[in-house]
Amino acid sequence: MKTTITVNGQARALDLDPRTTLLDALREHLRLTGSKKGCDHGQCGACTVLVNGVRINSCLSLAVMHDGDEVTTIEGVGAPEKLSPIQQAFLTEDAFQCGYCTPGQICSAIGMLAEVEANWPSQETADLKGRIRLTDAELRERMSGNICRCSAYPQIVAAIRAVAGEPA
Amino acid sequence: MKPFTYERAENAQAAAQAAVENPQTRFIAGGTNLLDLMKMEIERQAHLIDVSRLPLAAIEEGADCALRIGAMATNSAVAADPRVRSRYPVLVQAIVSGGSPQLRNKASVAGNLMQRTRCAYFYDTAKPCNKRQPGSGCGAMEGLNRNAAVFGASEACIATHPSDMAVALSVLDAKVETIDSQGFKRRLELDEFHRLPGDTPQVETALQPGELITAVVLPPPPEGPQAYRKVRDRASYAGGLASVAVADGRVALGAVALKPWRAARAEAALTAGASPAEAIAAELEGAQDRGRNGFKIDLLSRLVPAVIAQARGDAA
Repeated sequence: MKTTITVNGQARALDLDPRTTLLDALREHLRLTGSKKGCDHGQCGACTVLVNGVRINSCLSLAVMHDGDEVTTIEGVGAPEKLSPIQQAFLTEDAFQCGYCTPGQICSAIGMLAEVEANWPSQETADLKGRIRLTDAELRERMSGNICRCSAYPQIVAAIRAVAGEPA
Repeated sequence: MKPFTYERAENAQAAAQAAVENPQTRFIAGGTNLLDLMKMEIERQAHLIDVSRLPLAAIEEGADCALRIGAMATNSAVAADPRVRSRYPVLVQAIVSGGSPQLRNKASVAGNLMQRTRCAYFYDTAKPCNKRQPGSGCGAMEGLNRNAAVFGASEACIATHPSDMAVALSVLDAKVETIDSQGFKRRLELDEFHRLPGDTPQVETALQPGELITAVVLPPPPEGPQAYRKVRDRASYAGGLASVAVADGRVALGAVALKPWRAARAEAALTAGASPAEAIAAELEGAQDRGRNGFKIDLLSRLVPAVIAQARGDAA
């Protein structure tokens, strides 16, 4: 089935079996292997990408349903010679060990910070009418869809904090 | 995953019509539950109708209801809506306690209502399950049934409904708006939408073949305080063992039945002047211990009074 998806700013024409997930289209068809297949059931977050700026699990989405969408993967966030601030912060804070979950963590963090900017609530948000304060409890809850088997959580929080700044 | 054909619906009635013409069909919106089940070949439909781009995502004040939430609104969009946050905080609290942010960003309101049980025997295709394969038996009945229903179960099925959102919608007296293949629209009380298992646990909702959810409609919020609390094995991103939604004098329970369980006996007792502990005790007279899930009865006896107190405290 003919599908065109804009990936990291480039329109990519694909001809896909309808069963192909967005994750498999990115990895197997476009050879963008930064997004990882961990559980393939939406439980680990390693496949997190941004679709039209919003973070989702690319393993639980059919590629043919994304015709015309704009997808950003870790390859679109930055490059080895030109790291984005969040990528640099993960290096500086040593926010990984094996690195398998890291592309998903970083895409998730970018989406998460946009959600905070848009004042979306989480279960840690006590005051639903005020501005969100990105406390550590808020940050951890908002990143709970990304599992790190090496348990680098304190460093992941520190890396995201380095980019987000302290709550006002 | 079994092969399937795919089409994108032109409009809601056309989607319903296409579903009637092909009974081996599922609608797909967010897909977060359906695709998971398709990968495990628990869902094996031959045809998918993509309804995700239908113009049904608006959240708007209506002439005949206080708020109309389009079926395709994402869970995140509903939780972020200022009107929902100020008038129906119990709904926000329920939504943000479900799934992960990534799932809530994709999952639709209609799909949340349509999600299937997380019963381990439903998921394990090597085990009997009357819901997955009618007539095969219930593996949970004598099995690992720690998370089984304590209300409204049958000898055929003791599964629970996994939704948090629906528990809040129940306590808010929400209605589900649908359209069928002839273009006929109707509104069902949420309490009538999900079915108890009885002898046919494979029939999960009151929807007719092809009938498509177009919106959830909310009446004006109750005047009294609202609260939602979910108890689970982890602090976040886990299914509930039990949850409680309170709004004014109303009480709905989650993860304890195959539908959001409106605690009618407890509500009647509260109205008659009973204490919260007495009220939930009245409700729990109808609860059934299946072996490993009996702890839910103790849990509810403490959780419900605590959430009622929490709601009253928040209002002060």
